[in-house]
Amino acid sequence: MDAAIECVDLIKTFPGKPPVEAVRGLSLSIKRGECFGILGPNGAGKTTTLEILEGLQTPTSGTVRILGKTWESHAPWLREKTGISLQETKLSEELTVLETVRLFSSFYQDSADPNDVIAQVSLESKARSLIGKLSGGQKQRVALACALVGKPELLFLDEPTTGLDPQSRRQVWELVQNYQDKGGTVLITTHYMDEAEKLCGSLAIVDQGKIIAEGSPAQLIKSHAGQTRIEVDFDTPPGSNWIETGLELSQMENLDPNHFVLHSSSLIESLPKVLEAAKKSGKTIQAIRTHQPTLEDVFVALTGRHLRDEGASS
Amino acid sequence: MSEISKKKSLFASPLFQLVITRLLEFIREPQAVFWVYFFPLLMAFSLGIAFREKPQEDLRLCIVQMVDETTQQSLKQANGFVFSSESFEKGLDLLRRGRVDAVVDPDPQKGKSRIRIHTDPTRPESALAKARLEAHLARANQPGLEPIPDVALGLGGLRYIDFLIPGLLGINLMGGGLWGVGYALVDLRVRKLLKRFAATPLRVRDLLISLAISRFIFTAGQVIILLGASWLVFGVEIRGSILQFCLLIGLGGFCFLALGLLVASRASKYETVNGIMNLVMLPMYVFSGVFFSAERFPEVIGPAIRLLPLTALNDSLRAVMNDGRSITTLGSEVLILVLWTAGALTLAIRLFRWR
Ligand SMILES: Nc1ncnc2c1ncn2[C@@H]1O[C@H](COP(=O)(O)OP(=O)(O)O)[C@@H](O)[C@H]1O
Ligand SMILES: [Mg+2]
Repeated sequence: MDAAIECVDLIKTFPGKPPVEAVRGLSLSIKRGECFGILGPNGAGKTTTLEILEGLQTPTSGTVRILGKTWESHAPWLREKTGISLQETKLSEELTVLETVRLFSSFYQDSADPNDVIAQVSLESKARSLIGKLSGGQKQRVALACALVGKPELLFLDEPTTGLDPQSRRQVWELVQNYQDKGGTVLITTHYMDEAEKLCGSLAIVDQGKIIAEGSPAQLIKSHAGQTRIEVDFDTPPGSNWIETGLELSQMENLDPNHFVLHSSSLIESLPKVLEAAKKSGKTIQAIRTHQPTLEDVFVALTGRHLRDEGASS
Repeated sequence: MSEISKKKSLFASPLFQLVITRLLEFIREPQAVFWVYFFPLLMAFSLGIAFREKPQEDLRLCIVQMVDETTQQSLKQANGFVFSSESFEKGLDLLRRGRVDAVVDPDPQKGKSRIRIHTDPTRPESALAKARLEAHLARANQPGLEPIPDVALGLGGLRYIDFLIPGLLGINLMGGGLWGVGYALVDLRVRKLLKRFAATPLRVRDLLISLAISRFIFTAGQVIILLGASWLVFGVEIRGSILQFCLLIGLGGFCFLALGLLVASRASKYETVNGIMNLVMLPMYVFSGVFFSAERFPEVIGPAIRLLPLTALNDSLRAVMNDGRSITTLGSEVLILVLWTAGALTLAIRLFRWR
């Protein structure tokens, strides 16, 4: 079976002085039924890539196939099959949720009942409220309802949770997962690593218009950010040889004789070992902390920079 | 799943939904309703009242106290005046301030029975006062002469309000097309809603037709309200064919709709579209004979003014409404409107961008 989305050597250069090379040779292949994420910092070229795949921008060069078809030859058919949510859209404030979703449903030959879709995004109680009176999270769910009302096989979401509070973000995630559970294919961009880890079976980390790493979140973490960090604090020094280290467990700096930092490639195997060694040494553990590597660490390992401008990893 | 069907019902068709949501958005915006429906009425009423006919209004004559008694008596027999009596200085002051229309004082060189008439040449009432007074004096000196009846000069009973209403209809069609379509489209573009629509199967054709239909509905309402009110209050009538009048309204509306599309075909900022819009509308407000006849401008720019779509529309609306002429005598105006429409529409479709 064809891939749901396939693009080869996408290049997009915006003319100007100097020209902006937003996308610089990007290839992707996304299977049907998959939730694929494009993770990258602001300005990485995520939106540009997505809009090229959505047929809203034309690439400077490169080829795109969506559900086996191209935008040049099958645009009307593809429009029926894809649902999108743009990074920023201001829906009409003076229309109600139901009026808005019904408007979008009218554009499709085969559309879902607007009321059903509104229920799907848990906005039944707001169906007759004006969009202008909704919270940011609720507005985003209306945008998703508009994307879903055409019964798409393919959903494109551009930073769907940026700027939302944690609870609203979780609601959006749930929606995306429900859609995927019903067999839909999702392509989502985000600069939140927690979102990518939570939703995406595979992802591409994009920086400066190029894919710098690709794989499942676990694979990416394993191959690029490696090991879990285990910190152990003792009440009295156990001596530096208190634990037997090896391939999967190594001991790093121990500046303070009470404090040890270990790196492990498998937390599950190492943790009992640590506890046992501590017991044998006869000293008491005061505190134990672990830090599992995240996609943020992967990005830092690959680029030396943080995903978000603020540099915070939340 | 009530709204699912391969063949869409009218209610579920994109055209119907686009039009209905546009109407809903409009009526939920009270300021928009005010500007579109009540402002033109307000303008018609205030101008109609300010410039209403003042039939046989008495002119105000100030007779300086020094004028001798018999001359005063003879002056006071003049028709169409109200009289006051003041000192010479006070009288001149009143004249200057427009409180009286003429001042009469004795001619110092020719004695108390000979008078001079002082007027303010910048005011027509003042000139009229002098003319009326002189006619009276001439008659008084020659008692055998028949009084000259007042000759009603004018445009066959045309009042200012009759002239004004077609002009107001014209600028409403212009504003409706440019703001209602042009601005609306740029607003959709700025809000990325146009791009969002582009990502659905919606066709440009349906979007543009829906804009035209909603504009047609708004315009019909505007025309009916403005005409109805001015008929009720001022008795303004359409002397020519109503059908031809409607055809002209339709053509004018369509012409400005095309111009609105053209103005909005690319602009992606409110500032840009505002600027272009003012550039397009301002000259027509001034030159196209909305509030006064375009004939008042120097003859050299006359041909250019006549080529403006609003001039063509105003002139042809006045011809049908005021003079009862047939559309068949308005070939050049209709041609000008058709050419503007065709040109603007062709260009707009060529230039149109979703984003
Ligand atoms: N229409 C455009 N014209 C010029 N430059 C653009 C345009 N759109 C995007 N860019 C530039 O391309 C780069 C990538 O932008 P974008 O795809 O929006 O990144 P992201 O979505 O990852 O934040 C940025 O440097 C941006 O400024
Ligand atoms: Mg973006």
